[in-house]
Amino acid sequence: MIDSLFLINHSGDIFLEKHWKSVISRSVCDYFFEAKEKAVDPENVAPVLQTPHHYLISIYRDKIFFLSAIQTEVPPLFVIEFLHRVGDTFLDYFGECSETVIKDNVVIVYELLEEMLDNGFPLATESNVLKEMIKPPNILRSVVNTLTGGSNVGNTLPTGQLSNVPWRRAGVKYTNNEAYFDVIEEIDAILDKSGTTVFAEIQGVIEACVRLTGMPDLTLSFMNPRLLDDVSFHPCVRFKRWESERVLSFIPPDGNFTLMSYQVSSQNLVAIPVYVKQNISFLEAGSCGRLDITIGPKQTMGKTVEGLMVTVHMPKAVLTVNLTATQGTHTYDLATKVLVWDIGKLNPQKLPNLRGSLSMQPGAPKPEEYPSLNIDLKIQQLAISGLKVSRLDMYGEKYKPFKGVKYLTKAGKFQVRT
Amino acid sequence: MTDSKYFTTNKKGEIFELKAELNNEKKEKRKEAVKKVIAAMTVGKDVSSLFPDVVNCMQTDNLELKKLVYLYLMNYAKSQPDMAIMAVNSFVKDCEDPNPLIRALAVRTMGCIRVDKITEYLCEPLRKCLKDEDPYVRKTAAVCVAKLHDINAQMVEDQGFLDSLRDLIADSNPMVVANAVAALSEISESHPNSNLLDLNPQNINKLLTALNECTEWGQIFILDCLSNYNPKDEREAQSICERVTPRLSHANSAVVLSAVKVLMKFLELLPKDSDYYNMLLKKLSPPLVTLLSGEPEVQYVALRNINLIVQKRPEILKQEIKVFFVKYNDPIYVKLEKLDIMIRLASQANIAQVLAELKEYATEVDVDFVRKAVRAIGRCAIKVEQSAERCVSTLLDLIQTKVNYVVQEAIVVIRDIFRKYPNKYESIIATLCENLDSLDEPDARAAMIWIVGEYAERIDNADELLESFLEGFHDESTQVQLTLLTAIVKLFLKKPSETQELVQQVLSLATQDSDNPDLRDRGYIYWRLLSTDPVTAKEVVLSEKPLISEETDLIEPTLLDELICHIGSLASVYHKPPSAFVEGSHGVHRKHLPVHIDTGESPVSGGPAAAMDQPHVIPSQGDLLGDLLNLDLGPPVNVPQVSSMQMGAVDLLGGGLDSLVSLHAHSTAPVNYIYVGQNFIPSSVPSTFAPSPTPAPQAASSGLNDLFELSTGMAITTGGYAAPKAVWLPAVKAKGLEISGTFSRRQGHMYMDMTFTNKALQHMADFAIQFNKNSFGVIPTSPLPIHTPLMPNQSIDISLPLNTIGPVMKMDPLNNLQVAVKNSIDVFYFSVLIPLNIFFVEDGKMERQVFLATWKDIPNENELQYQIKDCHLNAGCNCVPCLFPQLSLKCRAPEVSQYVYQMYDSVLKN
Repeated sequence: MIDSLFLINHSGDIFLEKHWKSVISRSVCDYFFEAKEKAVDPENVAPVLQTPHHYLISIYRDKIFFLSAIQTEVPPLFVIEFLHRVGDTFLDYFGECSETVIKDNVVIVYELLEEMLDNGFPLATESNVLKEMIKPPNILRSVVNTLTGGSNVGNTLPTGQLSNVPWRRAGVKYTNNEAYFDVIEEIDAILDKSGTTVFAEIQGVIEACVRLTGMPDLTLSFMNPRLLDDVSFHPCVRFKRWESERVLSFIPPDGNFTLMSYQVSSQNLVAIPVYVKQNISFLEAGSCGRLDITIGPKQTMGKTVEGLMVTVHMPKAVLTVNLTATQGTHTYDLATKVLVWDIGKLNPQKLPNLRGSLSMQPGAPKPEEYPSLNIDLKIQQLAISGLKVSRLDMYGEKYKPFKGVKYLTKAGKFQVRT
Repeated sequence: MTDSKYFTTNKKGEIFELKAELNNEKKEKRKEAVKKVIAAMTVGKDVSSLFPDVVNCMQTDNLELKKLVYLYLMNYAKSQPDMAIMAVNSFVKDCEDPNPLIRALAVRTMGCIRVDKITEYLCEPLRKCLKDEDPYVRKTAAVCVAKLHDINAQMVEDQGFLDSLRDLIADSNPMVVANAVAALSEISESHPNSNLLDLNPQNINKLLTALNECTEWGQIFILDCLSNYNPKDEREAQSICERVTPRLSHANSAVVLSAVKVLMKFLELLPKDSDYYNMLLKKLSPPLVTLLSGEPEVQYVALRNINLIVQKRPEILKQEIKVFFVKYNDPIYVKLEKLDIMIRLASQANIAQVLAELKEYATEVDVDFVRKAVRAIGRCAIKVEQSAERCVSTLLDLIQTKVNYVVQEAIVVIRDIFRKYPNKYESIIATLCENLDSLDEPDARAAMIWIVGEYAERIDNADELLESFLEGFHDESTQVQLTLLTAIVKLFLKKPSETQELVQQVLSLATQDSDNPDLRDRGYIYWRLLSTDPVTAKEVVLSEKPLISEETDLIEPTLLDELICHIGSLASVYHKPPSAFVEGSHGVHRKHLPVHIDTGESPVSGGPAAAMDQPHVIPSQGDLLGDLLNLDLGPPVNVPQVSSMQMGAVDLLGGGLDSLVSLHAHSTAPVNYIYVGQNFIPSSVPSTFAPSPTPAPQAASSGLNDLFELSTGMAITTGGYAAPKAVWLPAVKAKGLEISGTFSRRQGHMYMDMTFTNKALQHMADFAIQFNKNSFGVIPTSPLPIHTPLMPNQSIDISLPLNTIGPVMKMDPLNNLQVAVKNSIDVFYFSVLIPLNIFFVEDGKMERQVFLATWKDIPNENELQYQIKDCHLNAGCNCVPCLFPQLSLKCRAPEVSQYVYQMYDSVLKN
């Protein structure tokens, strides 16, 4: 089980440690620092390390390493999932997950960690349950607390802990009952030089925001559930009913949660919304290169592509760029060699184009690698897989809730090779 | 208001100030002070001197303050054991509190105070809490038992807490069940009796019920626990699988992977041809793919596990190769794992795509990744024969880029491609030679030198090229030196006229100026070989090399099976069994995959025919053996190489006395020696023999013929001994087909002589035969030669030629061979024992000294002596076995001895 947790910032300082069993000296982190040194980039530190007496399992998120030290054989995914859950909880409580905010709220952080894990066993990791026991900080409460001497630790047994619906707290009351669902799809794709799809899939999630009084039992059904053959659900979803009827039946947690995530990988279902015509070349002898990128709409289902952005990691030898864009703005970061072209809305009548010359370090050899383009985009009111919610029904409560569904398509890891 | 203010009091009298604040009269001030103390503690400051003052704050009805004090206590009780006693009373009182939250908190905190004196007081409250009416308290108490066990295992057992814990498995609340399982699993890791969790069908049923209702973390514990259960039959296995399958759709990746483990393990128990089995295989693929869309850390663990799964059951993910394509912003550890799996899944169907990807990767920035991508292209060439041509041209393209490390890596893999497809791609040698100067890594230099030596006759200026390497001979690595030595000897044997000087130069460099014993010995061997008998030298050095095969990096099958049982654990990430890295692993028991028992009538367990469809998973590194003298291969060859050196050593020692060793077979494989009476009957292993990765049963010898030759002076019978035919498959068991047969060896080939008799009333046709994987890799080299239908009461004698190049799997007994015979009526299975003598080669004779030295080299423990009884040879005979009816055997693989003896025994008796 998880013995200790160390939070380490970008520059390698341990700014928080927590031990659930006996105290493990922080010198154990030296093995991690060694690996970090070797990996150069923090993203590249291997998540599972072995030291003479401990295993170190770490995650890297929001510029913080969550490093856990372990003494016995434990499923590493269990630890990784838990560490991410810790990060999610910080995010949920403090609005962000950063060194400053953790230090600002160190007592709550400590209380949370104590509540989330007991002797290495996860105890309460559901946000609903935790919030009943440890109230999140807010300005009003801290003022009230100082005045009245109240505390931010709940005095009641968290009801969700023991019921069959551990994710939902009891006695929820709202004056406005509402349930919103966001269907968000991300396109992961690799296109090759000629624009052919090498690989494409859609990662979809349904994010829910449910504020309903009492114990509502919801049923969400789709127009075309057959699209979904690879799904993973929030624990509240009744799997049996999905298997037999292809509907999502559940008692929702209170507040925001991810209802389900799914994957559509069948190639012919994945529409690629834009095409990219690009030409990046470096001259063999001279110290310059050319760049020419045009983007146009491909399969947009009649919707507008917004938030279009192109990011290019240039080879090290590229010193400066001299480019003109017909639309949007472009910047080139000299230190990181990243060219960002922020286009905005895609106008099918007048395709955006970026062209110009790249000036190279004199005398440097012709770069060996070809930079990939990373595309970012958004399409409102469209789920690119074609998934559509048909209806939401509520049982178990008498009132009539306000319901809403939104769709959004984004580019995930969308790459164009050159 | 934030907590950062607690960090600011960094000045000198900090502790003193805190002390004063802790003793303040106002409750609020005290709480603030405790918060400051906690803040100091979290950043690792020592605030233990405040212990008594903090404990004083414990008597409060403010839950938050209580919690904070508890936090402090847990951290510092160990260093202040005497003070900690002061807190005991409050704990005991809190355990009786009407509020279950406080009861649970108290029992939880007490368990975390690792002080012996306190644990004594803990027992009574804990016992009560384990039977508390509130499940929240019970589940907290369950974990507390595990804590207590960690501090004082003996006490936990004496107090009967383990039994209470087992009772909790039947608890009505799923959370309590999950925690009890988790606690028991943790205890059993350090407990000598690891079977604490007595898994029986009733328990399993309770666990499965709890599985649906408990938290995600509880599900992980329960699934891991389920995977240790061995269902009694396939129906039970299937019903468990059915109830576990829904977990594959869980959002928590750890739950998914634990469910995959249970399913992978129980799949073994399901009949391979059932619909359910195939459906389950299909269901396993999407969740594994989904894991790859998680965070990079999750992807990494998932990929390490998928690597095992594709080796065990490639069919699950064979359609999904695209998800393993690398994205440029993947972390490097993910990229490398993806690449590995891509190669494992590469097949003729997808090779074009894979190659296009690999070529793309070879132009990326990260050097390690690029190298691995180039290597991967080579592995594809070796794995998928149809793609070799395309791979080679891709590699050539890459060499043209002139990027230094790409060129070097490409040359190393081209060497392997030459080994796999000799005399096919020599046209590219010229291109390779152009890059000679840019090679600065030992691997690449050695590879290039090998290529030049191997194809010296086709390279006009081979001598110049090799000579250029010779200049800095002493600065080269051993690997390059050895390869260069061999290459020049090869060159000399091919073009003796022009290169005499060169070879002398290298031999003197190797033997006189080098400190490296390997190099010196090899130099001497060549020198002597060349000076004594150039013809033999040619035979040895320029011998035909066995081909290499692709699967040199597969995990050895028994280890793979063990690792499959550990999917999701650290073992699966390291690809090592837990015993190899878990400290104090006395509690670790080796896990095995369950074995599917066929309930049908067939005498062979498991369907051999079905098993044969599985891919070969034996790294056939043995094939490389024959070439050790010629080539230093990059990949480690884990077969003892000593014997080659020893042969050399013997040669050197005996050089003055004897003529050169006549190396009949230049085999360097472990050799077995058979010693009968006072006669030496040396033997060696055929070089085609593929040893299994376990200490290989290398029994092979031409001993028999020699035995007769030496002892009785009988002429060598080319036929060798063959036992009379015995009935292998009685007609009653095979719907009228009777098979009797025996094994024999004739003219250096092995045969299976069989008589097929049709005792049924209908005719039989469409005969076919297949062998299961076996210890010696025996397979038929031709289809069953029965071409006409077999009429009722007709019988036919056939002889099936055999070879030992098939897949190897250690059998028990060692010489067991499982055979499946098909005809127009049905498929039948039987198993037979192969007499070892059919493996003995005719040319295994060995020189006396060599034999003696090697005999001594095998440890004495491996020597076994057998009495040969009831020898039926006539009394007048004075052959050695009759005079000395004792057989001494020494084998590198001791388990073979017994079978060699049995074979001798039966030969002599007949």
